[in-house]
Amino acid sequence: MEKKITTPLTEEKVKTLKAGDSVLISGTIYTARDAAHKRLVQLLDEGKSLPIDVKDIIIYYAGPSPAKPGHVIGSAGPTSSYRMDPFAPRLLDIGLKGMIGKGLRSKEVIESMKKNKAVYFAAIGGAAALISKSIKKAEVVAYEDLDSEAIRKLEVKDLPAIVVIDSEGNNLYELGQKDYLDSINQSK
Amino acid sequence: MKEVDVSTITKSVRNLCIDANYYLSEDVKKKIKECEDNENWPTAKGILKKILENIDISKNEHMPMCQDTGMACVFVTIGQDVHVVGGSLEDAINEGVKQGYVEGYLRKSVVADPINRVNTKDNTPAVIYYEIVPGDKLNIKVAPKGFGSENMSQIKMLKPADGLEGVKNFIIKVVKDAGPNPCPPIVVGVGIGGTFDRAANLAKKALVRPLSERNKNKFYEDLENELLDKINSLGIGPQGLGGKTTALAVNIETYPTHIAGLPVAVNINCHVTRHKEIEL
Repeated sequence: MEKKITTPLTEEKVKTLKAGDSVLISGTIYTARDAAHKRLVQLLDEGKSLPIDVKDIIIYYAGPSPAKPGHVIGSAGPTSSYRMDPFAPRLLDIGLKGMIGKGLRSKEVIESMKKNKAVYFAAIGGAAALISKSIKKAEVVAYEDLDSEAIRKLEVKDLPAIVVIDSEGNNLYELGQKDYLDSINQSK
Repeated sequence: MKEVDVSTITKSVRNLCIDANYYLSEDVKKKIKECEDNENWPTAKGILKKILENIDISKNEHMPMCQDTGMACVFVTIGQDVHVVGGSLEDAINEGVKQGYVEGYLRKSVVADPINRVNTKDNTPAVIYYEIVPGDKLNIKVAPKGFGSENMSQIKMLKPADGLEGVKNFIIKVVKDAGPNPCPPIVVGVGIGGTFDRAANLAKKALVRPLSERNKNKFYEDLENELLDKINSLGIGPQGLGGKTTALAVNIETYPTHIAGLPVAVNINCHVTRHKEIEL
């Protein structure tokens, strides 16, 4: 059974999410990947304000393919999250509450998520046409020169994802594989 | 002597780039379906169903399966009796990539310089491999390669004393290190032998071999099957969330090597393993 969640993603909502939960995300989320993260953190280093307010938002690690005429967006699946690990704690420290991506996170990111009460979702990597169906609106809000890597504000309806790391640090990449292997060993 | 005009090459490459990204080849789709049928772990089965659904949406709506439409890897096999006329072969291929990525609404993911990183805005240049063979056929394979999986690839110069066990252990280690990052279920391309660069090239070539074909050498066919079983008992599963479907296939290619060496390269591909070809 999927849990429905709606943005803004407040701390109260984060605390209800546990590793292993299937969720359908609705509301406003923002795309940002390598190049945009680099710029955001550079602004923080210089003490400047960011082009988006990250408090209680969800960032989707994604660089969509171009929209065909008459479409809102092209294919839009998640990219590998570990490349954003050097930047993520800085954004978590100023209120980022959710990240959607795929793959492993560093110890530093997980510690920062526990400290700041944030959650990490995985969307299915490579299922980008399917995921694009849940995107209802898309608008570039910063770094247009970066094309697919620009920051986009997306309106989503029931975007499918799985809670992989919750705000207590429980990690489905470890638990899921362990549960599966335990089930195999028990049936032997 | 057969003449092939560069305009034919450009048009073919254009279409192959688009087709490869919109329409998954049957061998890969069939293998995913087989794995979905055999998968008992609920999370894993659910993910494989979604992946199959995604393949159908892309096909029916003519859109890329994955937003990472890759760097265009182009394998050109030229018969020595073929004469390319009307311009440069390399320019013709890159023009085809440009047209395919722009007109097919594919993502432009190539930066002109690895350090200064400015997007070329048309996904060129391609990475092109040429092979010259007897005959008068020109075969072009386009394999758009996503970097989520490319980044999880590794190469190792083993010692001859490491032997078969060393090779097996290294391949398994690469898959384990990659874990959920390369979007499992993956295809594992392995190159063994040659030189440092040849091993990597063989691993890439292994990824364009249809999943329905095994290595023609019985020894390596058995090794492919053994490694696939081992990998699928690791428990990584689809998207790394547990299950038996970690890899769809292990494809191994080999080449003679030096008395002092045993190079092994492992090139990983995701479940969106794309390859389309044409013979001119």
